[in-house]
Amino acid sequence: MPSDEQLLLLDFWVSPFSTRVKIALAEKGLSYEIQEEDLLGGKSDLLFKSNPLYAKVPVLLHNGKPVVESTNIVHYIDETWPSPQLLPACSYGRSRARFWADFIDKKVFDAGSNIWRSKGDELEAAKNDFIDILKKLEGAMGVKDYFGGDEFGFVDVILIGLTTWFYAYEKYGGFKIEKECPKFAAWINRCKERDSVAKNYIDPQKAYEFVGLLREMHGVE
Amino acid sequence: MAPEKELVQLIGFWGSPYVLSVRWALKLKGIEYEYHEENLLKKSPLLLQYNPVYKKVPVLLHNGKPLVESLMIIQYIDETWKQNPLQPQDPYERAKTLFWAKFAHEKCIAPMVSSFFKIGEEQEKCVKEACEHLRTLESALEEGKRFFGGETIGFVDIAAAWMGCWARIIEEILSVKLIDEEKMPRLIAWFSNVVEVPALKECMPPTQNLLEHNIKFRKFLVAAAERLQSVPLTGN
Repeated sequence: MPSDEQLLLLDFWVSPFSTRVKIALAEKGLSYEIQEEDLLGGKSDLLFKSNPLYAKVPVLLHNGKPVVESTNIVHYIDETWPSPQLLPACSYGRSRARFWADFIDKKVFDAGSNIWRSKGDELEAAKNDFIDILKKLEGAMGVKDYFGGDEFGFVDVILIGLTTWFYAYEKYGGFKIEKECPKFAAWINRCKERDSVAKNYIDPQKAYEFVGLLREMHGVE
Repeated sequence: MAPEKELVQLIGFWGSPYVLSVRWALKLKGIEYEYHEENLLKKSPLLLQYNPVYKKVPVLLHNGKPLVESLMIIQYIDETWKQNPLQPQDPYERAKTLFWAKFAHEKCIAPMVSSFFKIGEEQEKCVKEACEHLRTLESALEEGKRFFGGETIGFVDIAAAWMGCWARIIEEILSVKLIDEEKMPRLIAWFSNVVEVPALKECMPPTQNLLEHNIKFRKFLVAAAERLQSVPLTGN
């Protein structure tokens, strides 16, 4: 990257959405600065200015220009620094990748949140719904090693960051992904062997503790 | 024009605005295609085969390969057929375009559509949410520009400007206010600028037909809600 290019990531340490962006940046070998936002304490002026609509992290500032929404940011990173490419070369492959990224965005985090927010029968339903979603994703991967096929790609980046919170869902939901969706568990472990993922993977124990805090704040227990 | 041996098929429903947006994209690119009308009350094996995850229209088949979700279909069309580009070339501008198209869909259109499926307080909440986000979209439109991105029709126009027509239909059937003439003059001008483009106007289903269809649909939904106390949501 030319020395006059500046990348600043507005981040929250436990955000699985920020993790996506960090992994994408690492895959591209890009260096960047981080500004840690205190989402529970007080958001910075820069966050409000860069993301006036949502005031959420992550925000990537490229030479001062903000890009928001994590999937959008990963897309932007892939287009601006094309090597190594995360999205497939052909338009059909790209469309399928975007479809699964969109499915992941619509379903996974909310389904996980439903687990830690519920109790009793609702919790059971939330757990089953979450496992169903993982099974659908297993189906999408087919017999390949990654969602990108033989290579780690766009959909893998979009999904692997969210798995940092899965330990929390397992604990509160009373299930193990290894048992319910072994192929999915194997994929997580495969991805964690990559440098870009290993270096940016939030400690699941810490994510679990953070979710515990969220539960208290939402009055779940 | 598509080269020989390219087969483009669209599975749709005449009253779906998402299908309309894909038809607009195909029209602007000059792509010939076969159209298959779907009966949404009795979905065909073809639809279920090609969109097993969501089972919805539109589905575009390009040489037999299915594409689903209207925004993604339009992106695919734009990347595959390079004439009359709908998205900007610059990655930053493209990211902004994608952002606003998704914002229009998720924050304006989704609550608007939701309100149609709800009654009472829940409906009011959806209407309020839609209005709030429509005001944001208003502020994103630049004064004096014919289309969202400038003087050339583009991605956000195709993806979302149809919402003006559907908003009016929802307003009439539900007796609610979504589009505020005083607070949303740029939105109103934008809706009209896009829909009046001759190529796009040709594809619009007659408003009267849309109104009649949605009046019947609303009656069906209310009756179902009264029986079951819950209503499934459709539309992508």
